[in-house]
Amino acid sequence: MELILFYCLASLLVLFAILTVTAYNPVRSAVYLIAALLQMAGLFLLMEAEFLAMVQILVYVGGIMVLFLFVIMLVAVREAERGRRAGRQWKTAVVLAMVLSAELLFFVVKGSEIFEAEAVPRAAIQVAETWNTQWVGVYLYTNYLLPFEIASVLLLVAMVGAVILTRKEL
Amino acid sequence: MVGVSHYLVLSTVVFSIGVIGVLTRRNVIIILMSIELMLNAVNLNLVAFSDRLQDLSGQAFAVFVITVAAAEAAVGLGIIISLFRNRETVNVDEIDLLKG
Repeated sequence: MELILFYCLASLLVLFAILTVTAYNPVRSAVYLIAALLQMAGLFLLMEAEFLAMVQILVYVGGIMVLFLFVIMLVAVREAERGRRAGRQWKTAVVLAMVLSAELLFFVVKGSEIFEAEAVPRAAIQVAETWNTQWVGVYLYTNYLLPFEIASVLLLVAMVGAVILTRKEL
Repeated sequence: MVGVSHYLVLSTVVFSIGVIGVLTRRNVIIILMSIELMLNAVNLNLVAFSDRLQDLSGQAFAVFVITVAAAEAAVGLGIIISLFRNRETVNVDEIDLLKG
């Protein structure tokens, strides 16, 4: 059952990812990317990462992609889709991407036995009656407290930077 | 239980699609979206290993990746807006200010 669900989500994810990259219209591309991100959230649920699945939907689909759609609206799609879809170097690019994916797949296949051997059965560590969200919170506020604070400073810097970049007189 | 290699192969495929998008497309907005796709593929890896090793550090790191993705999208889109205001284009091969 889990395997069937995985294959459904995975094939839809790959399909929407390809559509994202190949669509002519940036708006369509953004909508396909939203669909792909939702499939990704489903995969997170399959891996018992409920908190991340919700963060994925709230932050990515609700925040980042809406921002993308606003910017696409601002920069005039007609202008953007004028002319060719791909740059001049697309043949080289596809070859390079194929080489990269072949390398990655080679190492994944080569290392798969080790990965599987290291596996820990589910619920071996998590205590009953506690939720994934609770544990992620514990990790974020104990082991990863400093990175967490740095991440908040990073968000502040990005916000100020975005505001300054989009001012009229720049 | 789905093996971790399944997720690794899937994430490799999605990452490669993102790489193709970044390298071939001319539209800056779609290039940024491809980068988001690549970041998500990495998240899939992190969560798969976190599930398989039953260690939630992977999920904490995925939260940080999402944070960085949000910051990157905000700054990137800000750059695109000011670029479009100055150059009236969002095609990467027409943006050649540094060529002199």
